[in-house]
Amino acid sequence: MTLTTTTAGRVIAQLRFDRRTVALILVLPCLLLGLIAWMFDGTPVLDQFGPMLVGLFPLIVMFLVTSVATLRERQSGTLERLMTTPLRKGDFVAGYALAFAALALLQSLVVVGFALAVGMDVLGPLWLVVVVGMLDAVLGCCLGLAASALARTEFQAVQMMPAVIFPQLITCGLLMPRDQMPEVLEWLSRVFPLTYAVEAMQTLAAGGEWVDVQGAVGAIVLFIVGAVALGIFTLRRRTA
Amino acid sequence: MGNSGEAVRVAGLRVERGGRTIIDGLDVAVPAGQVVGLLGPSGSGKTTLLRAVVGVQARVTGEVTVLGEPAGAPGLRRRVGYVTQAASVYTDLTVVQNLRYFAQLAGLPHAGAEAAVRRAVTAVDLGGHAKQRVGTLSGGERSRVSLAAALVGDPELLVLDEPTVGLDPVLRRDLWAMFRRLAAEGRTLLVSSHVMDEATQCDRLLLLRDGALVADTTPAELLTTTGAPDAERAFLALIDQQAATSGSTSGPAAGEGSR
Repeated sequence: MTLTTTTAGRVIAQLRFDRRTVALILVLPCLLLGLIAWMFDGTPVLDQFGPMLVGLFPLIVMFLVTSVATLRERQSGTLERLMTTPLRKGDFVAGYALAFAALALLQSLVVVGFALAVGMDVLGPLWLVVVVGMLDAVLGCCLGLAASALARTEFQAVQMMPAVIFPQLITCGLLMPRDQMPEVLEWLSRVFPLTYAVEAMQTLAAGGEWVDVQGAVGAIVLFIVGAVALGIFTLRRRTA
Repeated sequence: MGNSGEAVRVAGLRVERGGRTIIDGLDVAVPAGQVVGLLGPSGSGKTTLLRAVVGVQARVTGEVTVLGEPAGAPGLRRRVGYVTQAASVYTDLTVVQNLRYFAQLAGLPHAGAEAAVRRAVTAVDLGGHAKQRVGTLSGGERSRVSLAAALVGDPELLVLDEPTVGLDPVLRRDLWAMFRRLAAEGRTLLVSSHVMDEATQCDRLLLLRDGALVADTTPAELLTTTGAPDAERAFLALIDQQAATSGSTSGPAAGEGSR
């Protein structure tokens, strides 16, 4: 556990020097939400879709940031060096996940706060919106880490976002209610993590309580654990 | 030869990389408590051999035993320090932050880590840059940070891949003096280089070419057997000898013969 937290501390120290990235992580989702709020000013769109976007924008931003993380370590040679130290592969992946989870909590607070300031009304409990928003962002981080472990070049890494996130965006229920989709697509949406991220927020927007979202939240947590496991599993101590 | 046995024993090592056989049937030993130079032209398989020793090289067959355990065994990770050819430290952290992280990974307790970091910074002569971000340092300074990151855990075996490339002569001399000191204190150093002058600083020399051992010798022996005035010409003489005697067959058998 200590090497995990040591690694998380190191990643946070790196982020503290990279103020621009942190600013983008915190400001970009707000900017996008602001555009939506402005565009649909005077309509109930922000109340209906705002919570989903509060979950989605951070997820995508965090996916992009972490999907280059392992690649950076690989190309700088630090990953090869780490693999000769007592650091376990689990420490490495969990360290990154922990560091970005801390950032995700901050991000969720800022983004939810901003959404409320520009007029989003949520019928469900606000603290749950913050929690689900954070879990969505952590999910984005962990999916990014898993994808990052698969990418060998920058070209591959940047394409992981459209490859992993876009199919999920299309089938998650944002474009069309899931029960109206072709049956196969509906099945597909059930094995995609983003579906549960959106579902939990939809439920909260419509006035759902903890009991209504606990299933979706459980699914998000399972996917987070699964993505971390995949990230660990695809990391190789020995390389060609 | 080795006073307290062997730090590294390689037997029948074969490594494939990118569909090519980089090393084919290498047998070599590194005696404990010595500075052993791994020399050879670029592309001779030096880095591949070092990577096999620290256990990060894939597609390895044969035996690589390090400090009595199979290379890459979890128990070795605290006892072996590895410095890659390119400086492998975090450019967005300061020198001290980098070293502190590697000290903690090596399992040093907090108080011990701080002292070890100070010692490592002094050892590579980076005292004035301790609080500076690595990204703002020169190439030579970065590679010294990378070296310090291995020293900080005080490993029994140091595997250094071209640690003195791009460094000025004064600093190179100081680093080699430190290597000698570390060996005198009982540690083993396996140091690769393609600068033949550095050969004279080693206790033993392993000369590698095309993934095969050309010679396993001492600097003095190398000069007397070849009659060459310096290490560089001695190396060339050995290769010419080998080409003349071996003809079609090559590999470690021919290399052993030149001792």
